[in-house]
Amino acid sequence: MTTTLTATTTRPEDRFLHAFEAYAGEVLNGTSEHLATLRRKAIERFSALGFPGRKSEAWKYTPIAKALQHPYKIDPMPAVPTLNEASLAAYAIPELDAYRVVLVNGRFVPELSAGSDLPEGVVLTSLETAAREHADLFEKYFAYYLDFENEPFLALNTAFARDGFFLYVPEGAALERPVHVLNLIDTSEELFLQPRHVVAVAPGATLKLIASGHSQSNARTFTNSVMEVFVGQGAEVHQYDLRLEGDRASSIYTTQAYLEGGARYTNGTLTLGGALVRNNVQVRFNDQEGEAHLYGLFLGRGTMHIDNHTMIDHAVPNCVSNELYKGILDDQATGVFNGKVLVRPHAQKTNAYQSNKSIVLTREARMYSKPELEIYADDVRCTHGAACGQLDENGIFYLRTRGLTLQQARAMMLLAFARDVLDQITIEPLRAYLDALVAARVGA
Amino acid sequence: MALLEIRNLHARVEEKEILKGVNLTVNPGEIHAIMGPNGSGKSTLASVLAGREDYEVTEGEVLYDGKNLLEMDPDERAREGLFMAFQYPVELPGVNMATFLREALKAIREHRGLPPLSPAEFMKLLKEKAALVGLDPSLKQRSVNEGFSGGEKKRSEIFQLALLEPRLAILDETDSGLDIDALRAVANGVNKLRAPDRAFVIITHYQRLLNYIVPDYVHVMVDGRIVRSGDKNLALELEEKGYDWIKEEVGLVA
Repeated sequence: MTTTLTATTTRPEDRFLHAFEAYAGEVLNGTSEHLATLRRKAIERFSALGFPGRKSEAWKYTPIAKALQHPYKIDPMPAVPTLNEASLAAYAIPELDAYRVVLVNGRFVPELSAGSDLPEGVVLTSLETAAREHADLFEKYFAYYLDFENEPFLALNTAFARDGFFLYVPEGAALERPVHVLNLIDTSEELFLQPRHVVAVAPGATLKLIASGHSQSNARTFTNSVMEVFVGQGAEVHQYDLRLEGDRASSIYTTQAYLEGGARYTNGTLTLGGALVRNNVQVRFNDQEGEAHLYGLFLGRGTMHIDNHTMIDHAVPNCVSNELYKGILDDQATGVFNGKVLVRPHAQKTNAYQSNKSIVLTREARMYSKPELEIYADDVRCTHGAACGQLDENGIFYLRTRGLTLQQARAMMLLAFARDVLDQITIEPLRAYLDALVAARVGA
Repeated sequence: MALLEIRNLHARVEEKEILKGVNLTVNPGEIHAIMGPNGSGKSTLASVLAGREDYEVTEGEVLYDGKNLLEMDPDERAREGLFMAFQYPVELPGVNMATFLREALKAIREHRGLPPLSPAEFMKLLKEKAALVGLDPSLKQRSVNEGFSGGEKKRSEIFQLALLEPRLAILDETDSGLDIDALRAVANGVNKLRAPDRAFVIITHYQRLLNYIVPDYVHVMVDGRIVRSGDKNLALELEEKGYDWIKEEVGLVA
């Protein structure tokens, strides 16, 4: 008897390292020297770190290494199918008057994106164009704070960063209309996408940003998206991220926000679609009097896996953070909430609140909730709460005794549960749009 | 035909038998009071009639308008015109009172073959019915029962009763924990809702409420059975003498 052993022990990381070398000469080059240096550094870090393994605490409930064994096609410049207005209409938010930005397969599509009607001084363009035409801004904000040294997916994204959008709002400017970024996936190939976005809001400026992800196609894809948000002194940013992709699209979305003194930042992350979805929302206070509000709503069904990791770094005194994440898990869906709050030794007078509530509708659905408070200062106020359970049977019974069917009663209770988060949305057409989506999902 | 016909009803929760053969006939237009000491099974009877699943009926039957009530889901019972005013109405944070009532009324009207009300008609009706029990009409903007005081909760139950216009209303200890003003408001509401085609079953521990709502029949429940029935004077007798003499008479207390 003979046994033939073939070399099948290649790490999934190797495919990325090889792809980097293959593309490094051309596709990933020529934009800027600054970027080329960063890329080289990033790929080295990625090589050293590797993908998180089974023992990684940060990925404990999300078997990411397994998901990445699938041989996705690594292409920093995937093809962009031609799209017209009609095909975009399906993704528009009714009544929303916004500056639209369209990205297809992670690539910025200038013909379909807002341009000349933007207020003076606002830069809204592709990452590549920004690197070339606004080198000063690009070099200032791109990967300025981003901790790719320690996070493999950030390192990987930085190494392959090629396209995405770059938005700059100049000092004191107030963008009256929100910016709506449409991220479409439209491909027949099993792509690994790595868009990279930079949002810089200068001191005293305000921005309302909506980013929604949708699938135009049904191919299996994986997105490793990174967005850096810089909120200048006294500036205000409201950011809403909508995960509305199809059930063959997996993704890791990382948003890192840096808040200067007196900056205010709101992040709403609403996950209704996707296969495996990991939302990383990381906030760092760089100066005092900052305020961050993080809201999350996730609705899992089928075999969806939705993992929410938040990290708030109270690096300085006198800042406020407030978090509310709620989830509804149906069928065999899995939900994760890991909320880390770090209060560093000198960050006195910190106020940090965190709450996570979930409803698990079936025996097969799962929810893992993990508050993680690390407090090294003594004059702070920090609270957290986590609750996970089923729908309140007494409530259902009460509604039914008034004539509502079981289905109606459940839907009414679930919608009420979700509205706790939805009602925090300050852009009314967006709130109404999501309310209707959630109502339809819970059967109301 | 009787509106409600309870025959030899036995029910238990987990392994404990609570109802041990209840018989009761309620005709349209009548008001029946069921009194009895704590733990006699009054509230269990109400829960079984409303359709709470925690109770298991082991024997007997309940006919509502000639139909087997026990086979109906709680919502079906409500649409057929049964209403339960709860002793402890549950709070539903985030469920808007007006939205909830609009849906409830819509479901019940639809069952009766009536078209839904327009938003303006509905709001007018809400205001009208709220006034009937002296309920602040701004309550409709709040979540169902959330943050309501004890009195507001009870008024809100009668307000819902008024809105949904049931054929049979069961009031489970609606008078408990009410101050005299709320008690009067609740009683006035019920009195205004008396109608030839509507019956009430009022479950209460005390005679107090019956000073304001005069019943046609008073029943005394002890240890899972109705052991005595009479007119309103029976309630007065109970108020005067307490329950022990009845317990003694039926041989439950030595």
